[in-house]
Amino acid sequence: MAEEETELSDNQKKEIAKWFLLNAPAGEIQYVAKDLKSVLNNDDVYDEAASEAFPVYNKSHMICLEMPGRFGDVLVTSYGELQGNEYLDPKTAQVAIVDHVKQVCTEVRPASDEELPTPYVEEYRCALEAEMLKYVGEAYPKGSCSVYCINGKDVEGPGYDFELVAVIFAARLSPQNFCTGSWQSIWNIECKDDIQVLELKGKLQVGAHYFEEGNVQLDAKHECRDSTMFQSPDDSAIAIASLIRHHETEYLASLEASYLNLPDATFKDLRRKLPVTRTLFPWHSTSLFSLTREISKELGIGK
Amino acid sequence: MEAAMGLMRRMPPRHSETALSALLSLLPHNSSDLLSQVDLPLQVLSDDDSGKRFILCEYNRDADSYRSPWSNKYHPRLEDAPYPSSKLRQLEIEANDIFTVYCDQYYEGGISSVYMWEDDNEGFVACFLVKKDGSKTGQGRRGYLEEGTWDAIHVIEVGPEEETTRYCLTSTVMLSLTTDDVSSGTFSLSGSIRRQMNMNLPVADGHLCNMGKMIEEMEGKLRNSLDQVYFGKTREMVCTLRPPSEVLPMRLPDS
Repeated sequence: MAEEETELSDNQKKEIAKWFLLNAPAGEIQYVAKDLKSVLNNDDVYDEAASEAFPVYNKSHMICLEMPGRFGDVLVTSYGELQGNEYLDPKTAQVAIVDHVKQVCTEVRPASDEELPTPYVEEYRCALEAEMLKYVGEAYPKGSCSVYCINGKDVEGPGYDFELVAVIFAARLSPQNFCTGSWQSIWNIECKDDIQVLELKGKLQVGAHYFEEGNVQLDAKHECRDSTMFQSPDDSAIAIASLIRHHETEYLASLEASYLNLPDATFKDLRRKLPVTRTLFPWHSTSLFSLTREISKELGIGK
Repeated sequence: MEAAMGLMRRMPPRHSETALSALLSLLPHNSSDLLSQVDLPLQVLSDDDSGKRFILCEYNRDADSYRSPWSNKYHPRLEDAPYPSSKLRQLEIEANDIFTVYCDQYYEGGISSVYMWEDDNEGFVACFLVKKDGSKTGQGRRGYLEEGTWDAIHVIEVGPEEETTRYCLTSTVMLSLTTDDVSSGTFSLSGSIRRQMNMNLPVADGHLCNMGKMIEEMEGKLRNSLDQVYFGKTREMVCTLRPPSEVLPMRLPDS
């Protein structure tokens, strides 16, 4: 064992602290933060690490924060990021100012015209959002979603491409039951004017964590593509939402299938429930000295 | 220390090695506690003499060398290293042979090792280890797993030999599996659980028989636990996040 106890530099400690924060499962960062502060025993290093790690974590986990003033919730995502701590909520055309480390929305202001898409693009965005909200409301007991324009928001009319992204986020936190989970879908919709096609690319990600007397984590990901015709805002919205619904339902079904397959097929490759003989191992023969040969004969394996 | 263990329970199991070395560098004074309480996936070496592989752990280590259960020699060679007594070594040899057969039966392969050493209370401690690579490139017969490992560590403290001897078993199973296919993407489950079991058994049945039965029972329980409780819980969570369509309320016609 290396005996040189070279003290880690503050920078090294900060990087380690960041690593722990960034790897916290969905919804558990505050618990990780508490344990980390205790282990680090150095508030300055912790604060610096937190200020760097929390924004990245919050955006990649798309945390959902309540906006003061009865505007509803805002999703913190890189798609809606205007500046380091300002996030657009396209639904209400408000900009939320966020404290990343405390994970709260501190204030809200209306979005300026430059921050919003043109009326032409907005028609599509808004129609899609309305359909998505309907879908998410039905399919996800506690889901949130937002539709952003990430490319071509200044497009004035037909003749140009633009790109929307629809994000869905749902989380369940049950720390008293030692269980947490999150679902995230990111659907990129490229609206290609020249070929009059809408191209969809979906990235679905599910995570779950159960930690009573142990630590078991699920991490599942899936990507899919589809396309449909570029139509009027309402018709496009309906078509897109129904494709999304179809793919997500299919994915869920295949997750179920994976779980059903688990005990028999997949798990068996790691350890069988019972030997091929379908009986427990004959340990009683161990009292004999040359038992290995006996057992091998009994079990019919050549050793 | 409690905070450190709390962190270990939340970090993704796949990254436990990174997490542990991070903690060791942050808390150098707690290193022996951390090393004894946190389990990492098992490493393996090849025995020079027989070419057979053996598992590395704290219990067959001295300085930077590890003792092979097959040849009873340290790799790399070491002077003045501890060895079990010749009587215990006999038991150790037998244990390794039996355990290999047991592993063949349950693990369809895998690598196993058993190490024993005398303890201070006139009893001894035995450590049974298994490592299985079930991936399709490894020893997975059915070919579903892109990646899959099962590591089991069973440490049994055997009390002084009386008519009824006390056996204290602490078992840890670490497992990780990943399936990957076009229709369902990547599905990755990983985790570790630890349990204890104490039994008083007649020594007339033989130490190996007693220990073997305990391990078999424990492994069965852990496998079921992992399957039903742990995987079941994560599956439940997915269904809570997004219930399958059959469960959803019927869509009412638009008014």
